[in-house]
Amino acid sequence: MINSKYFFQGFSCIKRMDSPAIALGCCFIAIGALLKNLGFSIQESIFSTLLTYALPGSLVMAESLLVGASLVNIFLAVWLVNARLYPMTVSLMPLLMHESQPRWKYYLSCHFIAVSAWLIMKSNYQTVEKENRIDFWIGIGTATWSFAIIGTIIGFIASDYLNKDMMIGLAIVNPVYFMCMMVGAMKTIQVTLSVILGAILGPLFFFITPEWSILFGGFTAGTIAFFVGELNDK
Amino acid sequence: MTSSIVIVILVTSFATYLSRFLGVVSSESIKETSKLFRWFNCLAYSTLAALIARTIIFPAGSLMETDYFIRFIIVLVSLIIFFLSKKNLVYPTVFSAIILSLLNSFY
Repeated sequence: MINSKYFFQGFSCIKRMDSPAIALGCCFIAIGALLKNLGFSIQESIFSTLLTYALPGSLVMAESLLVGASLVNIFLAVWLVNARLYPMTVSLMPLLMHESQPRWKYYLSCHFIAVSAWLIMKSNYQTVEKENRIDFWIGIGTATWSFAIIGTIIGFIASDYLNKDMMIGLAIVNPVYFMCMMVGAMKTIQVTLSVILGAILGPLFFFITPEWSILFGGFTAGTIAFFVGELNDK
Repeated sequence: MTSSIVIVILVTSFATYLSRFLGVVSSESIKETSKLFRWFNCLAYSTLAALIARTIIFPAGSLMETDYFIRFIIVLVSLIIFFLSKKNLVYPTVFSAIILSLLNSFY
């Protein structure tokens, strides 16, 4: 069903130099502590990371709970902040699809699509032949997902011992890690421009519309980068 | 488990899975060599960059209590360390956490 050779090859990405283990661990420790302070039980915290597994979404959920937002508002806010997962999925799955593989693998494993696993897969997919990429991906996803859950549990238990300054230190790890990963991925004109323009336009659009800034900023930046890259190739 | 928290978790995870699910549905008809695929590739990187830049410049949660200038300098120095250490990801991340914790407890 799942080829264990490729599964473990993917799973072992957590041990490598560019491993997301530290960044993932740190931010889910912060989430675990945050959820505990919000009044979640340990089961609910684990359940939340298990089912959502997308950090900005969990943060939005926590903030919405604090201000007592309605379920519809929570749904919309989470959907907006996690809509980036759509272009991420569309730019990954065609690389993994192969007619010899059953469809359910794709619909189940898309749950693992989050920045950390996605960036690792994007920089390593060429090392595996297309037929086996989905099993490799399930390995990466299982490893990062397990780490997120372990981080949540540690954060929940350790929250009493974490002071405010340590929480702030944990919170910066995530953006710094992803910023470095993105800069490391800038190998073509299109990707380089996408990253630079996205980083400029995202915050700029925040002044116009805070909720839609990521989508509008990202869409504009990505589209400009695409056309510039296409024109350059001709 | 209290029922309201469970419902909130279910709503959150449904809103998150929806984008992933629709992404797989669309992927069925997109070839990796097509222009559409390259466009989505750009969109994925740019929305990610937008999200990360926003969390650094306009953060939510505990990062809000830190000074804008300090955050900016830390990200910049971390990127320099990243390049100096031949793209090692452990040094810049560990550095950023320790320095920010220290700076924040002094100022």
